[in-house]
Amino acid sequence: MKQSGGWLWRASVANLFFLYGPIAALILFSFNASRLSATWQGWSLEWYRALWANEALQAAAVNSLWVATVSTVLALLLGVGLAIGLEGLSGRRQRQIEQALLLPLVIPEVMMGVSLLLFFVLVQMPLSLTTVIMGHALFNVPIVLVIVRARLRKLDPRLLEVAADLGASSWDTLRYVTLPLLRPAILGAGLMAFTISLDDFIVTFFTAGPGATTLPLKVYSMIKSGLSPEINALSALFVVVSMGLIGLSLLLQRR
Amino acid sequence: MKMSVPVGRAPSWWLLGPGLVWMGLLFVVPLCLMFVISFAGRGTYGGMVWSFSLTNYLDLFHPLYARILGQSILLAAGTTLLCLIMGFPLAYYIARAAPNRQGIWLLLVMIPFWTNFLVRTYAWMFILRTEGLLNTVLLKLGVVSSPIELLYSNTAVLIGLVYGYLPFMVLPLYVALERVDRTLVEAAWDLYATRWTVFRRIILPLAKPGVVAGCLLVFIPSLGAFLTPDLLGGARSMMIGNLIQHEFLVARDWPLGAAISCLLMLFVAGMMRWSLRAAKPLVQPEPES
Repeated sequence: MKQSGGWLWRASVANLFFLYGPIAALILFSFNASRLSATWQGWSLEWYRALWANEALQAAAVNSLWVATVSTVLALLLGVGLAIGLEGLSGRRQRQIEQALLLPLVIPEVMMGVSLLLFFVLVQMPLSLTTVIMGHALFNVPIVLVIVRARLRKLDPRLLEVAADLGASSWDTLRYVTLPLLRPAILGAGLMAFTISLDDFIVTFFTAGPGATTLPLKVYSMIKSGLSPEINALSALFVVVSMGLIGLSLLLQRR
Repeated sequence: MKMSVPVGRAPSWWLLGPGLVWMGLLFVVPLCLMFVISFAGRGTYGGMVWSFSLTNYLDLFHPLYARILGQSILLAAGTTLLCLIMGFPLAYYIARAAPNRQGIWLLLVMIPFWTNFLVRTYAWMFILRTEGLLNTVLLKLGVVSSPIELLYSNTAVLIGLVYGYLPFMVLPLYVALERVDRTLVEAAWDLYATRWTVFRRIILPLAKPGVVAGCLLVFIPSLGAFLTPDLLGGARSMMIGNLIQHEFLVARDWPLGAAISCLLMLFVAGMMRWSLRAAKPLVQPEPES
């Protein structure tokens, strides 16, 4: 298909420009000195300084980090357990359960948000950071499951058989063989879950009570009350942090 | 062949148990509750009255709701089509690139997907609004004499949705196209097939599982989109997701909100059932060795 190579290449580059242009513009203009317009008026770090001084943002950042940390640990405990546990089931049963567990990744997020809201209200659990953490641990379990299962599939099953032949109990095999082999995948999955939790807006939006503001909720309310260069600066930070964490996660998964 | 560890040796239920209970409690139970509540009635002062009726579902035929449902389907379909048109050349290019280049291209496609959705949507507000980047540039270049109104329209929603979900289309398309046997295409060239014939008779049929999977992965989240129409759409660009949010958080008519959610769920489940069959070769690759 050499003939159309040039055309395909141009279309592909145009696609990349479409994907990266807006993010690049956003980051560039977070350094713009002008408050009011999208006209370039010289470099400035003013908006980053304004972010730093904003106490409400600091509180939201602390909330976000807390939610992401706790929900990641929870999702890892449950997800890794599921991933290893599924190995013990036989073909058909295993596939059915695994597919069912992946459903939260497929349904629209709004559905997850409102159904959780409904659930928490009906069981009379007040909305707070705890409910947010529960929501995040819900959508992060399938993420962990996918990543750890991918790694498990690549493991040599003979390693486990050898351990058993040498008289290791199932607990010992898990503790000294399976888990160490899975470590890069578990770390990668943890970073991925952490990032997704930091970034999540929709589930948080429906499950957060008053006072339980996370950074994305804060960004949302800032956007709703009028655009400002501070939002650009905060967005730029989001982009950099997410990309860094995800990059690290992908690196770990590849090992 | 898939090897599984002998059942007796693998610790199983105590590992599976906590996760299954957690997912059951927070995923299955809430969705079931939603289904039950969609048949309940609404109290005079808000809140729910436990009675069985189909009123909520019948209410959805009201022109106001029907219009939003119809519009959501149109916008989601438009998004899917645009993603397909834009994503196909890209996926094809990646699939035909040198193997060491493919990884880099795929990573480049994935990275934007891994950045915050809220931030990506905001980027388009920044570009499209009246005093935004696009209007500033167009005015400077003298293309337009007064700013054009782009934000808060269906067009803006469409752009935002395509932007958000394009990677979902490219990846499955790539997986399918990468498997297309090159010699088939070469054989067709040798037999004097035109470029169009090669595409229509060879590449497209072989890529079909990828097309179906990609369309599904784009259509479902587009249909249930909340943030994009909320930020980029105007009052007339409401989608199902916004309607659900409105009923739950603003109008406080939970039974109606639940009914809309169930309708969305039904739609999504139906689409998945239909297309999983068509995309099967992609989801379940033939066993190795």
